[in-house]
Amino acid sequence: MGWILVTSATVILFLQNYPLYIRSVPTENELKFHYMVHTSLDVVDEKISAMGKALVDQRELYLGLLYPTEDYKVYGYVTNSKVKFVMVVDSSNTALRDNEIRSMFRKLHNSYTDVMCNPFYNPGDRIQSRAFDGMVTSMMIQVC
Amino acid sequence: MEAAASGGCGSGPPLLLSEGEQQCYSELFARCAGAAGGGPGSGPPEAARAAPGASTAASGPVADLFRASQLPAETLHQITELCGAKRVGYFGPTQFYVALKLIAAAQSGLPVRIESIKCELPLPRFMMSKTDAEIRFGNMAELHGTKVQIPYLITEKNTFKRMDDEDKQQETQSPTMSPLASPPSSPPHYQRVPLSHGYSKLRKSTEQMHPAPYEARQPLVQPEGPSLGGPGAKPLRHQASLIRSFSVERELQDNNSSYPDEPWRITEEQREYYVNQFRSLQPDPSSFISGSVAKNFFTKSKLSIPELSYIWELSDADCDGALSLPEFCAAFHLIVARKNGYPLPEGLPPTLQPEYLQAAFPKPKWECALFDSYSESVPANQQPRDLNRMEKLSIKDMADFPVPTQDVTGDDKQALKSATDEALPKDMSEDSASKSGLLPPPPALPPRPCPSQSEQASEAELHPQLNRAPSQAAESSPAKKDIPYSQPPSKPIRRKFRPENQATESQEPTTAVGGPASVATVKPHPTVQKQSSKQKKAIQTAIRKNKEANAVLARLNSELQQQLKEVHQERIALENQLEQLRPVTVL
Repeated sequence: MGWILVTSATVILFLQNYPLYIRSVPTENELKFHYMVHTSLDVVDEKISAMGKALVDQRELYLGLLYPTEDYKVYGYVTNSKVKFVMVVDSSNTALRDNEIRSMFRKLHNSYTDVMCNPFYNPGDRIQSRAFDGMVTSMMIQVC
Repeated sequence: MEAAASGGCGSGPPLLLSEGEQQCYSELFARCAGAAGGGPGSGPPEAARAAPGASTAASGPVADLFRASQLPAETLHQITELCGAKRVGYFGPTQFYVALKLIAAAQSGLPVRIESIKCELPLPRFMMSKTDAEIRFGNMAELHGTKVQIPYLITEKNTFKRMDDEDKQQETQSPTMSPLASPPSSPPHYQRVPLSHGYSKLRKSTEQMHPAPYEARQPLVQPEGPSLGGPGAKPLRHQASLIRSFSVERELQDNNSSYPDEPWRITEEQREYYVNQFRSLQPDPSSFISGSVAKNFFTKSKLSIPELSYIWELSDADCDGALSLPEFCAAFHLIVARKNGYPLPEGLPPTLQPEYLQAAFPKPKWECALFDSYSESVPANQQPRDLNRMEKLSIKDMADFPVPTQDVTGDDKQALKSATDEALPKDMSEDSASKSGLLPPPPALPPRPCPSQSEQASEAELHPQLNRAPSQAAESSPAKKDIPYSQPPSKPIRRKFRPENQATESQEPTTAVGGPASVATVKPHPTVQKQSSKQKKAIQTAIRKNKEANAVLARLNSELQQQLKEVHQERIALENQLEQLRPVTVL
């Protein structure tokens, strides 16, 4: 149940609805992003339960645009282990297409699995992997 | 600037600089002036003229530079005086250039006089020892494209070594010079030019070192503590792709040369230690140590969990959650380094990359492979008591003597012979002598029971040997009876022709199961036939007994089934009666 929040460069990764990893590029208004992500978690849960017993494949992992606010778009992604990634992107960032969001989520997922492979990482800890940080940074730089 | 230029020109003789000197000096000037703000960054001709922007080199960096030339302080004072900086109060470009030339002169042994600088001089040598110098030099590094790269690496190794020795740069001159000596086209007086000034020569000659940044880097790192891999490794990575192959070559060369203490290089004994530790955790060196096993093991090193987590991240290159042998060695080495106080690098140093480790140390893997092939064959054959003993001894010997040479096999066989009751002296010595490249096989693996009997007739040539060692047969025959019948049928065919057998069996050690078994079976050659016939009888009796037991059990089964049916029928009958009776009672 983790979730990652990325907003126009912000990334938050959550497990069990508490955060595993938070990253924002514009560090102001971070609380606002946190709030939005928390509310979007409800939407994510709704979508997960709506999927029901369907086979979880890559397409369904990507939840798409959760809901658009006036300023921001929130995208969701859930892994097989119910770790939620939430990405909040600036609406002005219209250059971001759906495919790009998908690829970003895929990269996040891959990096997350690499982190999990580390035996010294206990699931539920905050993620302190430098490789993961580097990947998220590069992604956020790419976005903004 | 105009004032400085005119003042400088007015006070001293006209300064004749060669092109290389001009470039060198202008770079140095730029560097020193960079801290003052702006830095002219101009080419030599412009520097001589009035250049806008920072026109003076800040005294701090200049003083550092002069100190780096390692001339005595009074010489430096003289130089400062002569060049006119003291008079004008600052280091304009002219003063600076004159000072540099004077430094060169002083280093060449000439007296510090204005006249000295009129002649052609080598470039002054500087041992940079300041962080700002390093920073500037670091910038210079990027300026010099690919030409720099190869020497770059070598000097980087030099920096590593230097850091280990915690020496001043002078000592490094000699080791760093040796790779420098290779470019044949370097100017004849190049040898006198220290690495720190190599970059000026770089412009002239195609292959050059760029030692200054790295030499400078080393002292930079020294104050930080021995962070060997870190800063050096980072710029290295920028050019990594181009020079990787070169660097590996050079590194391998340097392996043999003068950098034994480089912290990210694994020495031979360290390597062996790591391999042994790996084996203690995971007997098969070609497979992986799982994450949890590795975690328990590395936790014993008492490093903090985040650090261990980071080390794992660095060393598990393929992120599969398990450590192969080179990955394990890299991780262990990083832990050792960390415990010795070296801060962890930003990325995995090239000498710890799995490919590099595998390339540099192929031998242990090969040894292990042989050992594995042998050990795999062992469990395939269940042994009678003394055979087991022999096997174990042979395995131990294998561990100690992994290289299969004839001498080794002879030794092993001697050891095995002495340790066991079975005396197969002639056979073993013959076999060892005749077989080249065979693993030391156990003296007597169980011979093949069934198929071998068919070979008895055809193995006429083996009979002399049989007669030769009748005692062996007597001893080994009781032991062989317990042997399982797991031998592949193809082996007796090979045993037919002894020379051929040896030829084929010499290839066999590389095959997992068959090798030692077949090799061993050749030995009890003479005894096998008798034993095989006895074994056949034993098998037949066993088969008979099993059949009888089967029959008995089958009969028992049928009887019980019959009883079960009868019981079922009784039950049905009783239930019927109950049903009939029930309505009566209800009423």
